[in-house]
Amino acid sequence: MSKKIIYFDNASTTQVDERVLKEMAPYFKEKYGNASSKHAIGREAKEALEKSREIIAKAINANPQEIIFTSGGTEGNNLALKGLFLYNMEAKTGKNHIITTKIEHDSVLNTCRWLEKLGAKITYLDVDKEGFINPKDIERAITEKTIVVSVIHGNNEIGTIQNLKEIGEVCRRNKVLFHTDACQSFTKTELDVKKQKIDLATLNAHKIHGPKGVGALYIKEGIKITPLAHGGGHEKKLRSGTENIPAIVGFAKAVEVSSPEEIKKMEKLRDKLIEGLLKIPDVTLNGPRKERLCNNVNVSFNNIEGEAIGSMLEEFGICTSTGSACKSNTLEASHVLKAIGLSALQANSSLRISISKYTTEKEVDYFLKSISKVVEKLRAISPLAN
Amino acid sequence: MEYSKKVRENFMNPKNMGEIKNPDAIGKVGNPQCGDVMWIYLKIGKKKVDGKEEEIIKDIKFKTFGCMAAIATSSMITQLAKGKTLKEAEKITVDNVADSLQGLPAIKMHCSSLAVDALRKAIENYRKKK
Repeated sequence: MSKKIIYFDNASTTQVDERVLKEMAPYFKEKYGNASSKHAIGREAKEALEKSREIIAKAINANPQEIIFTSGGTEGNNLALKGLFLYNMEAKTGKNHIITTKIEHDSVLNTCRWLEKLGAKITYLDVDKEGFINPKDIERAITEKTIVVSVIHGNNEIGTIQNLKEIGEVCRRNKVLFHTDACQSFTKTELDVKKQKIDLATLNAHKIHGPKGVGALYIKEGIKITPLAHGGGHEKKLRSGTENIPAIVGFAKAVEVSSPEEIKKMEKLRDKLIEGLLKIPDVTLNGPRKERLCNNVNVSFNNIEGEAIGSMLEEFGICTSTGSACKSNTLEASHVLKAIGLSALQANSSLRISISKYTTEKEVDYFLKSISKVVEKLRAISPLAN
Repeated sequence: MEYSKKVRENFMNPKNMGEIKNPDAIGKVGNPQCGDVMWIYLKIGKKKVDGKEEEIIKDIKFKTFGCMAAIATSSMITQLAKGKTLKEAEKITVDNVADSLQGLPAIKMHCSSLAVDALRKAIENYRKKK
């Protein structure tokens, strides 16, 4: 067994790119200013902040003033949905309805559940077997009280990439706002807020080889939201708190160094993984073949348990992730896998493999060799696999 | 999750794994739709203990669907039970299994209890059949 760890859990987080780290370093010790200060060292920080804002805005075809820096994806999703709901409550617009899907990240789902306590009406839409939302279902769910439609762009578990343009057009036509959680998809597939008619988009840095603890929320000019953090009025009064300049600079660098060649490379390795896995008997792919995140693979292995697969792979030096977490006496199956129609047993036998731009073909080959051994071994132990 | 060396050993190389042909009893516990599944197979023999003839576990094997802890506890309980009288085997506790594995994470203690249940059920099934 090689001592080197093969990291196939890049949908959880990624290693920071060397170039990002280098870009960030001076902002801790030399250029440590507060962007709100008027003196030179403060102005230097402000300049770095605004330059970073421009880079991120350009990457999604937005204007720099439409970018609000946050602490990451969870805050972005909270700020978008709570911010819109609370604004409508404060302004007494009478609107209280949010439409979302059953395959969102917990930071959207649990925000919606909390908003229900405050009087929000939430529609959780079904998806098809591959995880796609039908824009017609969205259109049917819209009422005169609808504030926003929130749909995850690239699904974090099964990799499904939604057709944002279609959804955006439905929302524009029906005069409701459109928010997308683009944490997994940003820099991995096209995100163009004008073309795709997006009103709010959540982005983050640590999924794209940037630092943890930083992200951004795109809010289209003219849309009003209520802030969650009140204070000194930073970020257009929408997110008070001294800006995390080193992290923001790192975020922008991570965006800047991302390239289409990396996507192509990841797609090739992803397809090799999928094809190799499907050669093992009784293995099914979760999520689509096409319109899939370039770094995501998710499969179910019949009759063996996902966590056991993950544990055994770790003994082979490979880090992956399971869609289920064994909690107390029950295995709580992933809400995403349930939403695409998997039984609890199928969901609990799933494994997510997520690669990065650093993944090599050698690692993929080693993984495929190891997983065959693991599956064979665990099926021999399982009473269900006869 | 951090597991002990003993858990990892029993997971990677489980003891007494498999089936017994024509077993004297099987204990099946768990439900694949909501958790782990364990099957324990028994072959019963006889042995003189203090001049008295006692029934003992001559052979024991397991099959398990579940996580690392579930497989390791199955492996461990079969090792603890093998060769014991039925009365002794019935007395094996959740803590005995966990301790023999150098401990289990708190949220995995139910795996140990499932192993104990499977063994007791197999013994119970044997007695019912008699």
